[in-house]
Amino acid sequence: MTDKQHEWPLWEIFIRSRQGLDHKHVGSLHAVDAAMAIENARDVYTRRMEGVSIWVVESKNIHASNPDDAAELYDPANDKAYRHPTFYNLPDELKHM
Amino acid sequence: MKNYLVDYTLHLADNALILGHRNSEWCGHGPVLEQDMAISNIALDCIGQARNFYQYAAQLSGNGATEDSLAYLRDAVDFKNSLLVELPNGDWGQTVLRQFFFSGYQYFLYGALQKSTDPQLAAIAEKALKEVTYHLRWSSEWVIRLGDGTAESKERMLHALEILWPYTEELFQPAGYELAAFSEGYGVNLAGIRTDWDEKIRSVFHEATLTLPNETGMQFGGKEGKHTEYLDKLLDEMQGLQRMYPGAEW
Amino acid sequence: MEKAVEEIFQDKIDKEIRIEPRDWMPEKYRQTLIRQISQHAHSEIVGMLPEGNWITRAPNLRRKAILLAKVQDEAGHGLYLYSAAETLGISRDEMYEQLHSGKAKYSSIFNYPTLSWADIGAIGWLVDGAAIMNQVPLCRNSFGPYARAMVRVCKEESFHQRQGFEILLTLSRGTEAQRDMAQDALNRWWWPSVMMFGPKDDESQNTIQSMRWKIKRFTNDELRQKFVDICAEQVKILGLTIPDKDLVWNEATNHYDFGAINWDEFWEVVKGNGPCNKERLDTRKKAWEEGAWVREAATAYAEKRKKNSH
Repeated sequence: MTDKQHEWPLWEIFIRSRQGLDHKHVGSLHAVDAAMAIENARDVYTRRMEGVSIWVVESKNIHASNPDDAAELYDPANDKAYRHPTFYNLPDELKHM
Repeated sequence: MKNYLVDYTLHLADNALILGHRNSEWCGHGPVLEQDMAISNIALDCIGQARNFYQYAAQLSGNGATEDSLAYLRDAVDFKNSLLVELPNGDWGQTVLRQFFFSGYQYFLYGALQKSTDPQLAAIAEKALKEVTYHLRWSSEWVIRLGDGTAESKERMLHALEILWPYTEELFQPAGYELAAFSEGYGVNLAGIRTDWDEKIRSVFHEATLTLPNETGMQFGGKEGKHTEYLDKLLDEMQGLQRMYPGAEW
Repeated sequence: MEKAVEEIFQDKIDKEIRIEPRDWMPEKYRQTLIRQISQHAHSEIVGMLPEGNWITRAPNLRRKAILLAKVQDEAGHGLYLYSAAETLGISRDEMYEQLHSGKAKYSSIFNYPTLSWADIGAIGWLVDGAAIMNQVPLCRNSFGPYARAMVRVCKEESFHQRQGFEILLTLSRGTEAQRDMAQDALNRWWWPSVMMFGPKDDESQNTIQSMRWKIKRFTNDELRQKFVDICAEQVKILGLTIPDKDLVWNEATNHYDFGAINWDEFWEVVKGNGPCNKERLDTRKKAWEEGAWVREAATAYAEKRKKNSH
């Protein structure tokens, strides 16, 4: 009865909750194509007016970093404190910066 | 004169309620979880529209009428919905085809009703139109998908078409209160939206590789209170508690 | 090697760092989660049926819309949870198969019938109340997708319990027949709700490991006691009586004492011999089987269109 090939593909859903914000991953769902995925996302993830814009990506098209590489990918950023605004010691009189 | 406005509003309300009720029967039984939620959303929209119309009708008729007395304490002969919406759901194909026929009708109807001289009807139509636009898109896509899907789905759609088609003509055959509503300016000219509807049906059917049957055996009467056997059963179920415990608060 | 990663894994959990799908995890953790999350998802989906029963019979338009929205929410919750389980490498179809074959369990509470409108109130108050008590701590469970799904579920659930209590409150202030209806529902739903927290701690095999993995935050008995304490107070507002003559406030423990649970009934229903086990499963299977042609046609059409666009 259950043939895995028959299952509708899985899609990852991203929703912009308000104009000006990033699209944020909210979960996933099944749909036959992108158009249906967007409509399903509307019915599933915006029942309480949570969104103004929806992105859908078929899950198999998401390429993820390997969590085992986390050290080499992210640790180096740890000592680049100069990327963060508080790194700079400036006089309090300086405004609008 | 005022009487026609009440009847016209009740007719709009009854259509929305009965279709919403039918769609709500799918909740928990849909073919896939995502679509279970979609049809429930449509049902919720319909029930919401019905409530708006009933509340207005209650206000117009006075005498302590409420949305619930109008929905729960009238008999089948007093219901003014089209026969199409009271038919049983059948399979998923029949349900989406009925939704398509009816949403198409509501889409053009509400579009025109937005210009009603009655500000309340115009306001309800304007809000409802946004919902119906989505219902129409959703149901069109399903009709196309199933019409042009597999051999089985096509056969099922043809079967559904055979059942439902005879009930489409009634949508455009004006009842007395609809004629009055149009001539008084607050209602819609059904002949005027007929062409748009035909065109919409034809273009979706073309994409769905379905052909329209002949216009024979058309059924009428629902809008004037002459219903199928199905409505009585539906109301028995829906109105049961209100009828069994008169006057109780819920 | 295996040992080392397992230590790192437990260390992360102890530090409240969430585990994400692609992180290393013990196979047993993965399997336990799949079982727990899918059971939870199945409970949402099967749980739609007893209440869904009353959508067409809701006594007024407001109640009808609320109930429909609520049961629809449950479909959504099932969906969020299935999605969370899918990140662990099992498909939704496989989970359905386990449900339909009887291999997977779901909450026994849904194997009881809904006999009157008051049952909808009792389910909202007691069953959703018990569920929320279980679910709130799960928002902080160690597996990221599950925790995030639970946050969403809990946020949406908040109105479910309130609408149930409101139904009972209205009935309890109504006619005598309505009050009887409410009391009868409470009589039937109380004990099954108390049983919802699962077997006693000393008979629950999975508790210790699950607590260590933080996919369970409190024991069954802890949550059950909390539930009884809260309901014993809330019922006073309703002016109804909880059907337990041993229910009494205990100054020494600062908790309510309550009567013995009929564990034979509990295990019978778990085993599939409850009043509605067969009916619920048959209904789910029927919906799934009758939907097969729809799912196939949609797939066929999407493939056709993809081919044509190339």
